Amino acid sequence: MDSELPALLVLGPPMVFNLFQSHYSHKYRFLNAFSSHLPLPQFLQTQQTHPSSVRAILCSPRQPVTADVIRSLPSLGIVATTTVGADHIDTAECRRRGIQVVTLGSQFAPDVADMAVALLIDVMFKISAGDRFAKKSIHFKPWSFPSGSKLGGKRVGIIGLGRIGGQVAKRLEAFDCIIMYHSRNKNPSVSYTFYSNVVDLASNSDVLVLCCPLTEQTKYIVNKEVMLALGKDGIIVNVGRGALIDEKELVQCLMKGEIRGAGLDVFENEPNVPKELFSLDNVVLSPHAGAITLDCFMDACEHVAKSFDAFFSS
Amino acid sequence: MGSISVLLVGKVLPYLEQELDKRYNLFRGIDPSQRAAVLRDHASSIRAVVASSSGGPDAALIEALPKLEIVSSFSVGVDRIDLQKCKEKGVRVTNTPDVLTDEVADLTIGLILAVLRRICECDRYVRSGNWKKGDYKLTTKFSGKTLGILGLGRIGAAVAKRAEGFDCSICYYSRNEKPDSKYKYYPSVVELASNCDVLVVACPLTPETHHIINREVINALGPKGVLINIGRGKHVDEPELVSALLEGRLGGAGLDVFEKEPHVPEELFGLENVVLLPHVGSATVETRTAMADLVLDNLEAHFLGKPLLTPLV
Repeated sequence: MDSELPALLVLGPPMVFNLFQSHYSHKYRFLNAFSSHLPLPQFLQTQQTHPSSVRAILCSPRQPVTADVIRSLPSLGIVATTTVGADHIDTAECRRRGIQVVTLGSQFAPDVADMAVALLIDVMFKISAGDRFAKKSIHFKPWSFPSGSKLGGKRVGIIGLGRIGGQVAKRLEAFDCIIMYHSRNKNPSVSYTFYSNVVDLASNSDVLVLCCPLTEQTKYIVNKEVMLALGKDGIIVNVGRGALIDEKELVQCLMKGEIRGAGLDVFENEPNVPKELFSLDNVVLSPHAGAITLDCFMDACEHVAKSFDAFFSS
Repeated sequence: MGSISVLLVGKVLPYLEQELDKRYNLFRGIDPSQRAAVLRDHASSIRAVVASSSGGPDAALIEALPKLEIVSSFSVGVDRIDLQKCKEKGVRVTNTPDVLTDEVADLTIGLILAVLRRICECDRYVRSGNWKKGDYKLTTKFSGKTLGILGLGRIGAAVAKRAEGFDCSICYYSRNEKPDSKYKYYPSVVELASNCDVLVVACPLTPETHHIINREVINALGPKGVLINIGRGKHVDEPELVSALLEGRLGGAGLDVFEKEPHVPEELFGLENVVLLPHVGSATVETRTAMADLVLDNLEAHFLGKPLLTPLV
């Protein structure tokens, strides 16, 4: 047992954990609490580890770092999560104890923005539907596949012009899309048209892209009224959170043709997806994979490892 | 103009066929036996041929039409037309450049993303209910990758412009280096393939570019490399491509065109790193209508003695 290596208590585990462990097994003694049903103190006993020697935690939303957990580790000095949000960490308790909380910054923003554009082009050009069509038979009948629509000149309304929304805007500008947005506040450093009202944004858009966090204010920000305002040629792309859209209404609108199509990476009750969508060719469905690329995971691992390095060497 | 005889030799948008029918004395000669019958009875009256990516007049057909004045193609690629013969005989040739550039460039980026991020596979994963059993696997980021463009013409340049929005590095191969270009030039396709992550075929099909993507290029692109073909199927040695993908010597492919179109290589159907499309580039209604109007406008200009809009010859 490498007792010289610092102990790292792992809760969750984070999705990046396999990658992290394989790259950094020489740097830490991993205490994989996520694999045990035992309460934390008993788990640590099975690892021949006294709670006072645990100074660092690596966690994810799957297993909250509660006040109880924090109080049971008197030497805890750093808690790192491979997410942007820290809702699953009792940050008040951490502040009280002077414990550093490390979250991800904008490492994954390009990957999520790429996913948003990928979904949009797929819906516009029916790429996934086309792939299904082409792989059905060894001959395709030319001109028999329904045609799509190009991006140039389309008005794209971005809901949430933060790190991800900004990257989406930058990409779509290169396709000659016209960018407009809705955010909590107008951003004086961008020249895109700002709409304080989402229905107005939708009325003036051909595409809506959802990139904002889920809060009490943004829950169901895209509701039936917004979808009807977007109209029969409108497309919705969601790379934010499922509950930004009233999913039941979305399904109805898609089935009835009240909107033209949707590209969805997130859903209200993941991994459950409304079955009605499975038979539609005007939707593209993705299993919350916006940030699930090797590059993104490596960046997240490096970010966390650097934070731990700095902590353990100080 | 209803008395001018026009021969249609390639599949085109129904709107175009209808308009040709209205404006001219239209003969349909797409099918070989149809064509033979038309030639038997009307060869000496045909003054115009309308071609497309699926069919165009070769030397023999041009020779068989003594009154032929113009070939108007419903496509930007004119590999189906014997241009040399047209030049010899003083036959004008028009195509449909520019109207489809943006759309094909959009589709190219869509194909790249679909392959690297496994979009079609992700969609299958959700529809099959497999997401309930676990997350989909790690895929490959597109932003920041190096894009190699084979043929930095209108379409190649439009693809490059879009890829720059993803912070991609751009390099290219062309018959001649372009002195005004800010992108890195490689003097051979193999070198281009060795130095990029994604290779996009965007050049015209000529005898020189037939099978320009061969085994050597594919191996140079490598097990992590991705090939995107939005040019012509014959740019790629398809059997070589198929074996490279099956053996893992090539990382992935996105294909909108095929060597024996509309035949699609069945061996590729089950591969998650391959996206196949039924030649949809230039397929949007707006673009096809604009292309059709360009064909009609070129023909009209010719027969009214006005300058052609988009002449190649």
